[in-house]
Amino acid sequence: MLRLIAFRCLFAFATLWVVSLVVFLAVELLPGDACEAFLGQMAQGQRLENCRVEHRLNESAHVRYLAWAEGLAQGDLGNSIKRSKPLENVIGPRFRNTLILGLTAAALGIPLAIFLGVLAALWRDKRADLLISSAAIFFMTIPEFITGTLLISFFSVYLGWLPGIVIMRVDAPISEVFTQIGLPVLTLMLVMVAHIMRMVRTSMIDVLASDFVMMSELKGLSRTRQVLRHALPNALLPAINLIALNIAWLMGGVLVVEVVFNYPGIGRLSVNAIADRDFPLVQALALLMASIYVGLNLMADIATLLLNPKLRTRQGAPL
Amino acid sequence: MIRHPLLMALLRSPSGRIGLGLVLFHCGLALIAPLIVPYDFNAQSEVLDAMGPSLQHWAGLDTLGRDVLTRTFLGGRQALLVTVFGTIMAITWGSFLGMVAGLKGGRLDELIMRTVDTFLAIPFMIFLLLIIASFGNEPLVMILTLGFFYGIGVVRLARAATLDEVVKDYVQSARARGESTLSIVLKEILPNVRDVLLVESAMRWSWMLLAFSALSFLGFGVTPPTPDWGLMIANARIYMPLAPWPVLAPMIALSSLIIGINLVADALAKALGLDRTQARTL
Repeated sequence: MLRLIAFRCLFAFATLWVVSLVVFLAVELLPGDACEAFLGQMAQGQRLENCRVEHRLNESAHVRYLAWAEGLAQGDLGNSIKRSKPLENVIGPRFRNTLILGLTAAALGIPLAIFLGVLAALWRDKRADLLISSAAIFFMTIPEFITGTLLISFFSVYLGWLPGIVIMRVDAPISEVFTQIGLPVLTLMLVMVAHIMRMVRTSMIDVLASDFVMMSELKGLSRTRQVLRHALPNALLPAINLIALNIAWLMGGVLVVEVVFNYPGIGRLSVNAIADRDFPLVQALALLMASIYVGLNLMADIATLLLNPKLRTRQGAPL
Repeated sequence: MIRHPLLMALLRSPSGRIGLGLVLFHCGLALIAPLIVPYDFNAQSEVLDAMGPSLQHWAGLDTLGRDVLTRTFLGGRQALLVTVFGTIMAITWGSFLGMVAGLKGGRLDELIMRTVDTFLAIPFMIFLLLIIASFGNEPLVMILTLGFFYGIGVVRLARAATLDEVVKDYVQSARARGESTLSIVLKEILPNVRDVLLVESAMRWSWMLLAFSALSFLGFGVTPPTPDWGLMIANARIYMPLAPWPVLAPMIALSSLIIGINLVADALAKALGLDRTQARTL
């Protein structure tokens, strides 16, 4: 058990190492170096030379990769070319904002999705299921920038309930962040709930048709107890990995949602970093997002291992 | 009249009929739009202002006084061109590599699959933006990049489908006959995993369309003044309370196409007896 978990962790680190190589190489292979790209038409003479010296671009690629990787291992991400300050200070507060946004959406969305998924499975092919399922398909397929725009015009322009655009300093206190994120959270939630709900529904339908649920019915258990105690835990187990994959996928959506609502998080930062050609910042952000993906998948793998009774020892669930 | 069994199965369900209708409508429109649009997409009317629907301009004018209906009719062409060829590329290379991995097994399989796992961890949206920012947004660049990134997930799927087939007798006997890997993949396995790949292509197409429209919404997809739905929405969005029509028209167009593709994918999966509930990975 512990060996399995250790193996998964090792594999996650190996993946991140390869990703860091790919990210570094990708930027290396682009036409022009980071300084040329950033300075654009002013990229000539002393100015270009200074920039190259400052960001060590005159050294060969493998030396720079090693220096970069060494810095990363020590938590030093390097310097932003555009903002000429340490990347930790640029990314840190924005990462916090994205975390607040994502975690709020997940904390509200996942329970709601499970609830709706179970309802839809119990009322399979009845009117309520058709309603929930078609709404899910609708919100899954419509791009986030369309849902976001429609939500703004309804909730903030027409009803005037929630602020339509986020206006706050990057390092605003958390209490202030929460007054602003109503609509971005709602936009993210709609997509997330739709995806997870569909998975829970399918998995629940499978489990409800299985022998042990039939058995619990024959034992004369109440419907609530059958569903909550016997069917649900078994339906959620296969869904955990899919939920992790989905949350990771949602990061692409976060990028668009942050731009739609002008939210100061890492999604909007990465669009700006690319528009500014600030390659060190782009590299750091790409690696950060890859770590989130790998981390979530690792957590899901471990959770699945821990929850699977087949892997439990006689002493109870190992931790 | 074509009476392909798959087409008939698709037409049997109402959602399949609606979906196929929407997809065909959009593809047809994209082909003939330049011939039927009433105005030049870049021509500005004397009224240099957003204006509601009128007899001359059925969907009104945008804030630069350009005809919204014309731009909406033309706004899906680039998106369809890129995503159709992108999907074909993704499915082709992804399924070929996946089938080879599944058939060969061993070291090669291990190598391919670990590489795929690693590439799935790469935040492809950032890479898309980076590549487009560096190499420009010509359709060819977009087709190659989208086709590459969206093929990664296909490798996994095609391999899984192949693993179910390689144990069967017909593959074993083809091996015993001493046929080459290429011929087994193309002649024996491909016809048997075709259904899975067909449903997957429809799904990939709709995801790629989402990605393309997100890119053009962010200003990376097409270069103005080329009309494109995502860009039209991005530009007209802030005026929506005052002038909703330049936003609503491209929204309806884009949404109806994506919903159409999804309905087709769902109906196909049902008709072929495949359940379509896998996570949306990449």
